[in-house]
Amino acid sequence: MSVWNKQRREDEPSRPLNTNITRPAPPAPPVETKKEAPTLSSMSSMPVGRMEPEPARGGSATIGKAVKIAGQIYSREDLYVDGDVEGTIELMDHKLTIGPNGKVHAGVKAREVVALGTIQGNVEASERIEIRKDAKLVGDIKTARIVIEDGAYFKGSIDIVKSEPKVAPSQPRPQPAAAPVPVPMAAASTADAKR
Amino acid sequence: MGLLSERLKGFLRGPGSSGQAGPPANGGNSPRFVSRPGRGEVSETRQSRGLDQFFGSFRDQTGLSILDLGGASQENINFITSLGHKFYSEDFLRIYHETFGEDIADQANPGRIDYFLRRSLEYPDGQFDGVLAWDALEYMGPALLAATADRLLHILKPKGYLLAIFHSAERKQTVPCYSFRIQDPRTLHAILHGERATSQQLFNNRSLEKLFQKFESVKFFLTRDSLREVIVRK
Repeated sequence: MSVWNKQRREDEPSRPLNTNITRPAPPAPPVETKKEAPTLSSMSSMPVGRMEPEPARGGSATIGKAVKIAGQIYSREDLYVDGDVEGTIELMDHKLTIGPNGKVHAGVKAREVVALGTIQGNVEASERIEIRKDAKLVGDIKTARIVIEDGAYFKGSIDIVKSEPKVAPSQPRPQPAAAPVPVPMAAASTADAKR
Repeated sequence: MGLLSERLKGFLRGPGSSGQAGPPANGGNSPRFVSRPGRGEVSETRQSRGLDQFFGSFRDQTGLSILDLGGASQENINFITSLGHKFYSEDFLRIYHETFGEDIADQANPGRIDYFLRRSLEYPDGQFDGVLAWDALEYMGPALLAATADRLLHILKPKGYLLAIFHSAERKQTVPCYSFRIQDPRTLHAILHGERATSQQLFNNRSLEKLFQKFESVKFFLTRDSLREVIVRK
């Protein structure tokens, strides 16, 4: 055993740095925000009543339960808030989820809002809003569709507004006829080849 | 109602007695307000002439403001917004319970009454075309009830309507506590939560006329099971 250890020590200086990955890493200090962020398992254990369970939050930003933000939040991706937010939240074409620990004192605008925690402020959800059991919402709601679970607390008004039909993203955009962009054939074929 | 009474007895006896949900979470003898129905709670569907009158008075109108004092339920939101009205929600009994608990005596305190009304009915005068009070008024002491009726008068628009339900013309220590869900303009789904202490006031036609004397008109519908539905017009 000691022979092997000796050999390793002798070999060590000549090793390239990146091979250290194979060695057992020293215990890293805990990263608080990562630790506090809700995990998939905690999501699946949330009380959802008769509603569909929340899907995994792949590709969405998260504000963990130990985080407090005062100011404006503007996001171009889905957002999960499990901490405290005071100010405004705008996610025009995206989904906002207020987690069970989330406390939002803010005006909210989003495509879709799912509330499991507390919202105090007016909410505009262009497509739909879900207020889950144990959620608390105090404010006025403007939305195309609302789902409210028994046990949720809501104080305010609900204005149902028809959502404007959107152009499907798969439809090709009409090319402006006045200003065609010339694409060199060689460059185009190179790009195709790379694909 | 006979079947419902039997089920209610089982409900109050506790879990395991009838397969229904158990008593409220405090487990004590004193009835406690439960905000929302849970699994297995007793419910029944009933015809409601009061509801019919209430929405009949708004026929062919849209964009009205309707306040529901029974809190927000999916059925009531769907029904009212499908008629093109704006839905307002207030969980009146929850605030009532948070403010006064089981203390009926505190309901005569003017400061407490003012505090309660600021929490529960703080709306501009003439805000609503209709108020669905359901059975929220019958648990209150006389001073609080009079102040609440006065506040409701102010937040209603002229020619606005109020629908209230009182369970019995007899003095009772407790009455069943329901939440009401609108099925259609004539049908209510009543979900029983248990029983709740009252101030033992008598709610007959005479006392209700006195309570709503500042309103323009009061109309009563007495159901077979001693439910008194009241439509009041400002």
